[in-house]
Amino acid sequence: MRTIPFIVSAVITTALITLLNMQLPSGKTKTPRLGFFLNPQYGFWQNAEPANVSFDKDIKIAGIKNNAEVYFDDRLVPHIYAETDADAYFIQGYLHAKFRLWQMEFQTYAASGRLSEILGKSMLPTDKYFRRLGMVFGAERAIETMNEYAETKNAMDAYTDGVNAYINSLKENDIPFEYKLLDYKPEPWTNLKTALFLKFMSFDLTGQGDDDLYLTNTKNLLGWETFKKLFPERADSLDPIIPKGTAFEKPSIDVKLPANADSVYFGIDKNTTQAVAPIIPNKNNGSNNWAVSGSKTKSGKPILCNDPHLGLNLPSLWYEMQITTPTLNTYGASFPGAPCIIIGFNDSIAWGVTNAGRDVKDFYEIKFKDSTMQEYWFNGTWKKSDFRKEIIKIKGQPDDIENIAMTVFGPVMYDRNYKSKNNDGKYYAVRWTAHDPSNELATFYKLNHAKNYVDYVDAISTFQCPGQNFVFASVNGDIAIRQQGKFVAKWKGQGDFVMPGTDSTYLWQGFIPAKENPQIMNPVRGFVSSANQMAVDSTYPYYLGKSSNFPLYRGYIINRKLAAMNNITPQDMQQMQTDNYNVIAEFIRPVLLKLIDDTKLNNDEKRAVEIVKNWNLRNDINEKGATIFKLLWDSVYTGVYADEFGNSKLPLYWPDKTTLLEALLKNTDYSFADNINTTDKKETMSDVVTSAVQKILPVIRQLEKDNKLEWGLYKDTYINSLLKIPALSRLHLPIGGNDGIINATTANHGPSWRMIVHLTQPIEAYAVFPGGESGNPGSKYYDTFVDSWAAGKYYAVLFLKKQEARHNNRIKWHFTFIKA
Amino acid sequence: MKFITSIIITALLSFASGLFTVLPWYTFSFCAFIVAIAIHQKPIHSFLAAFIALFILWGVLAFIMDNQNQHVLSTKVANILPLNGSYNLLILITAFVGALVAGLAALTGSYVRKQN
Repeated sequence: MRTIPFIVSAVITTALITLLNMQLPSGKTKTPRLGFFLNPQYGFWQNAEPANVSFDKDIKIAGIKNNAEVYFDDRLVPHIYAETDADAYFIQGYLHAKFRLWQMEFQTYAASGRLSEILGKSMLPTDKYFRRLGMVFGAERAIETMNEYAETKNAMDAYTDGVNAYINSLKENDIPFEYKLLDYKPEPWTNLKTALFLKFMSFDLTGQGDDDLYLTNTKNLLGWETFKKLFPERADSLDPIIPKGTAFEKPSIDVKLPANADSVYFGIDKNTTQAVAPIIPNKNNGSNNWAVSGSKTKSGKPILCNDPHLGLNLPSLWYEMQITTPTLNTYGASFPGAPCIIIGFNDSIAWGVTNAGRDVKDFYEIKFKDSTMQEYWFNGTWKKSDFRKEIIKIKGQPDDIENIAMTVFGPVMYDRNYKSKNNDGKYYAVRWTAHDPSNELATFYKLNHAKNYVDYVDAISTFQCPGQNFVFASVNGDIAIRQQGKFVAKWKGQGDFVMPGTDSTYLWQGFIPAKENPQIMNPVRGFVSSANQMAVDSTYPYYLGKSSNFPLYRGYIINRKLAAMNNITPQDMQQMQTDNYNVIAEFIRPVLLKLIDDTKLNNDEKRAVEIVKNWNLRNDINEKGATIFKLLWDSVYTGVYADEFGNSKLPLYWPDKTTLLEALLKNTDYSFADNINTTDKKETMSDVVTSAVQKILPVIRQLEKDNKLEWGLYKDTYINSLLKIPALSRLHLPIGGNDGIINATTANHGPSWRMIVHLTQPIEAYAVFPGGESGNPGSKYYDTFVDSWAAGKYYAVLFLKKQEARHNNRIKWHFTFIKA
Repeated sequence: MKFITSIIITALLSFASGLFTVLPWYTFSFCAFIVAIAIHQKPIHSFLAAFIALFILWGVLAFIMDNQNQHVLSTKVANILPLNGSYNLLILITAFVGALVAGLAALTGSYVRKQN
């Protein structure tokens, strides 16, 4: 043996392998273990799915009671045919895992504040936020309730077994791409993870509650009287979900305003807060749904439509599928991470959801005896706090431990240890309905099985959080809508701001009984609809929250269109769901144009105004007018309020644009037009609008130079990968629309699932979502539907009986699950 | 002849060991090491034989999978890594990494026995 060369060579070889077996730092992130990652028999090459892949497979498996079949159509949508519901949910879990495992696990890591475990310390603020919000606390309580109801417990158990059966079958080379990229491995699925995922949706859809801290600052800055003007209780142009004039029942709960509310709560006090929620759900989270009765359709049968607007991500939030058993035949969009179909139809009914947007998350200022938070002042005594210990594991570093004080209100989300965002030294506890025991899954389980209106009402009446507008249509001709959730019976203004937490007077006094929730069935006008607008007019006996929680214009234009339509076909509904008409511009353009003082504008500025004047009011991709209008309206808005809001260093909540729009419709002599920073001059709206035109001209010029003035290019819609990696995302999509438009597609937000169901027998349905059935970036089915979605096209859905599936020419592949 | 034989045997053994993914990803380096002991050559020849064996093995495997995949994933990875989206470069780098590890392992193996 040549010892020295041997040793030298062995050391170099070992060093190289060690290096290739490590994650190396690369900018803010880390590389994968390159040796493993690049090895064609282990690493990412194994995830490069052949373009002509056959998914046909016989799967011998323990955990099912009977053999079962799954047929995949040409879009890779699975159609499950099982003998029992439990087997069907087992297979649903297996398929979710097979096609979306990384995503479903990653989403629960996010929900439970565990991202630092896989992504490192940069995710710690996000993790702390979710831990302190009590996501795991809420999910643990939900699981208890879900287990009490045998149907949901059995469905979850079977689903979890199915997911784990797939995970256990995975070999090192089979694990999804992202695990290899980030260097970790799947862990076993649990029912708690399903509950965590559902809590994440509650978080995403009850974000309206998070602005209490901002709003408190805003109220303190402006004073209550000015605040009321800028944050009105109701919008004039509101066309509510329940038609105006509908009579409501007498309220069963009489809510009492605390005696000192005027001074302590509404008055200006020293309550200025600097706590800023690090994560605020997108304000545009919302949706459209509507159903038209047979009296308005060509076929005489109802049509139901739904498009939930959420963040646009890859892999998609939704997984399309059909589930058929002797007691169940349902089709629609499911959540990878939970059993059942969430939005869809069965052979008797169809249903859809939009967000109710009610405020069910409030903050209370807690007075602790000292900074140990052991005791807090409540109803005249020092009350002992409980503590919840949250251990956050961090990749490659010691754990971070959060000791969260628990009060009668809920977890103390902001305290002195949460320094990153809360520097005012105060303590705020959060009271949130998502912490209350609940079983949202039961609603979807029952909807999947529902046969008629009675079943629909039974299914939804226990649904708590996040409150939704459940739209309904049935093959026997009924249509209905109901705003359902566990809604707080509040006194006017309760929970808009941070509330005092030293006694029980500011506690929630009760919950509105489900039967008193806004609802309507088979109205004379022949349609029901919702688009996140305020559900009712001022005759409804409970407080719904401030008007700016509720977008106005999609609801308005949907109702206007539906009222005018007759002989409706599913194709008409497709056109309507993807419509880009800008009703906001219809209202405000004439006002703005009238206010512009031409004499102060140069030729270029006049030309820009001319483009807006000649614009067809549609936010189609090629419209330059849409871009200039948006720039102008944004600039006017900033011009009006920047002086009032721009000087404060505190986080503030600006008035809704709707408030400005409505004020100007009424009277263009608007008091906030005056710039309070200039004392020598009183500015008018004409000054503000004219100067807005001047201000946006350089932007327009730049956009023209970059060839980005056309609306689609300017808006530049993209679908982000969950890891925010551009290479795994879809960028620069040619799609019109915007917020306030039925096609509510903004830059990274919009219709995450479009569905149209014609309640004929058999049911005729159309659907599309901005993604694909596979979550594997190495599969051509990763983003198959994106282009159709952007173009406003739909796929005719295959809703097949088992014997039809076998012979249908659009069925391409077949799984047989064989009981082991 | 020895040279060609050791290329073929190293490639075959490495491929076979890679089918057992319970073993670590660098198991092929032991294959190269053992072949270099068994088939005694000059160190430079051992190195080159293993280098070529793994360059061909990994290169061909990656090339085949990439073609069947129509470059969908390789283009994405070549943007993440960052190789400007060039899947050809990614295949070359893949092949080179395997080749270098195997070559060095074989070099080490070649020093186990005395010089001829």
